[in-house]
Amino acid sequence: MLQTKINHRVFIHVHPVLTTIIQRLGLGLLTLFVVTVIIFSSIEFLPGDFGQAVLGQAALPETVEAFRRELGLDRPPVERYFMWAGNVLTGDLGTSFSGRDASGVDRSRDVWQLIQPRLANTLFLASMAALVAVPLSLALGITAALYRNSIYDRVVNATTLTTISFPEFFVGYILILIFATYFKVFPSLANISDSTPLLEKIYRSTLPAFALTLVIVAHMMRMTRAAIINLLASPYIEMAQLKGASKAKVILHHALPNAWAPIVNVIAFNLAYLVVGVVVVEVVFVYPGLGQLMVDAVSSRDIPVVQACALIFAGTYILLNLFADVISIITNPRLLHPR
Amino acid sequence: MNTPNTTDGSYSAANEVTLVKARRSVLQNIWRTLKTAPPTAWFGMVVITFYLIVALFASLLAPHGQAQVFPMAYAPWSEEFILGTDALGRDVFSRLIYGAQNTIGIAVATTLLAFLIGGSLGLIAAISRNWLDQVLSRFVDVLMAIPSLIFALMLLSIFGSSAMNLIFIIAVLDATRVFRLTRAVALNVVVMDYVEAAKLRGEGLGWIMRREILPNIMPPLVAEFGLRFCFVFLTIAALSFLGVGIQPPTADWGSMVRENAGLIQFAEYDLTAALTPMIPAAAIALLTVAVNFVVDWFLHQTSGLRDEH
Repeated sequence: MLQTKINHRVFIHVHPVLTTIIQRLGLGLLTLFVVTVIIFSSIEFLPGDFGQAVLGQAALPETVEAFRRELGLDRPPVERYFMWAGNVLTGDLGTSFSGRDASGVDRSRDVWQLIQPRLANTLFLASMAALVAVPLSLALGITAALYRNSIYDRVVNATTLTTISFPEFFVGYILILIFATYFKVFPSLANISDSTPLLEKIYRSTLPAFALTLVIVAHMMRMTRAAIINLLASPYIEMAQLKGASKAKVILHHALPNAWAPIVNVIAFNLAYLVVGVVVVEVVFVYPGLGQLMVDAVSSRDIPVVQACALIFAGTYILLNLFADVISIITNPRLLHPR
Repeated sequence: MNTPNTTDGSYSAANEVTLVKARRSVLQNIWRTLKTAPPTAWFGMVVITFYLIVALFASLLAPHGQAQVFPMAYAPWSEEFILGTDALGRDVFSRLIYGAQNTIGIAVATTLLAFLIGGSLGLIAAISRNWLDQVLSRFVDVLMAIPSLIFALMLLSIFGSSAMNLIFIIAVLDATRVFRLTRAVALNVVVMDYVEAAKLRGEGLGWIMRREILPNIMPPLVAEFGLRFCFVFLTIAALSFLGVGIQPPTADWGSMVRENAGLIQFAEYDLTAALTPMIPAAAIALLTVAVNFVVDWFLHQTSGLRDEH
């Protein structure tokens, strides 16, 4: 009895926020682990003759056998998973399926070499879009919520509802039609490389970044607006208004501390959405990014490249959501001042 | 009441209620509800009806076949080829009409399958609330942690791109969302007394799912069906646009945009040519907007789910 009481006391000294965060991190890591298992096991579902399909019909049985051995298909799956996961952690993503020959000549490239410049380009494009989209949509969302049911609110709402319904490629081609081919302001194809100077890079990526911005601003603005309206309807906001607090004080002192969690969630959700939107937009503008690489790899069924891209996209998505959850736990006033 | 609901002199409440109800037919009731619909919802319903008619009677409406090749590639807009022809000499207007049938058909089939899988598993999970519920819920958590377009791309690279694979993969991925919603709304209903009574009567799982719970969770599910259809429709369009969705020569709007995208470069010489790839994209957008408008109104009608007031 006494023992359990002491243990209980010791437990209380650990701040509850910390335990919640540790739990959430653990859950996130577990999800990441299961996702890697799913991505890894995708190769298990390939039809048995895919070695033949990759190497061509003329491939000798010995060549196919050597190829299967290189992939480790002669070893048990569990052992292979840990080998694969270990390699991924050390940055070795395997070699591409393309460039292999029926004669056994191997001109395939290292997956990381294929991915690395593409990843840098995609991050460049995504951050360009995010830098514009995040402040813009927060401003639009918060003002629309504060002046809700005004004409301003209605116009912003109707516009964003329409933009949400547009497929990304439609937005992209409208921009190309207007700004690249009818009025020749920007190039329609975002042809950039490592050697392109920064200003030129920004200029050439303007249209894809603009398309991405339009797509996520709509989502983000609507979610921000809904979150703020939800917040303003809380009893403690009404209480603050009833006791005569000034409007500025209500917003800054009562609403804002509680608003961080929903706002950070909205930002993270949409940055995660950016990860997906980037695939289609890159294809529209022939932007040399990771999304384009993944689509090409899917068409040619180059599984190692698809796996690596899926891993990067899914990992980013999970980590962003995890980050948002941790931030919202940290900033939650109820958890910060436990009774 | 001096109305003739008292045939044998005694008053019956049930009779009176049927009397009031009988004054309006079902059609009249629907019309009464429709009259209160805002213009956006009306616009949405008219557009959806138009699309459905085009999709159902595609073979009657289209002047040419969807894979019929004419010896003139990239013909301009004209009497015979209303929207010109594409790179292979196929009539764009006919393909647009057949595209309605293929694109909407596949999207509806996928959404139905997603609801069949996600809805029934969600109901079973909510009713049983045992280890099965735990396993399904955790599994869905993991599936939802991967962005669905990325997941779909990965699965398509393994199983190959065919219409059947596409329907099945997207349906399974979207069933996760349906499962979440169905389970959440059904949890509120399974604790009701009438469900308990049905269990005590000895009704089977199928009866409880169909007759006791489903009718009580219909409104959110119907709204979700509209929204899910939009997501599925946009995902399939995106995948087809990327070249890994619906495969040629089947006409569908996503791949039509991809096939004719090159024409945009000629905007300054011939604006109509540049508009050709935009029309299927606009067709996708218009249908999605229309469905969204109707769902918005439906949600306002059936529940207190509104963010104002």
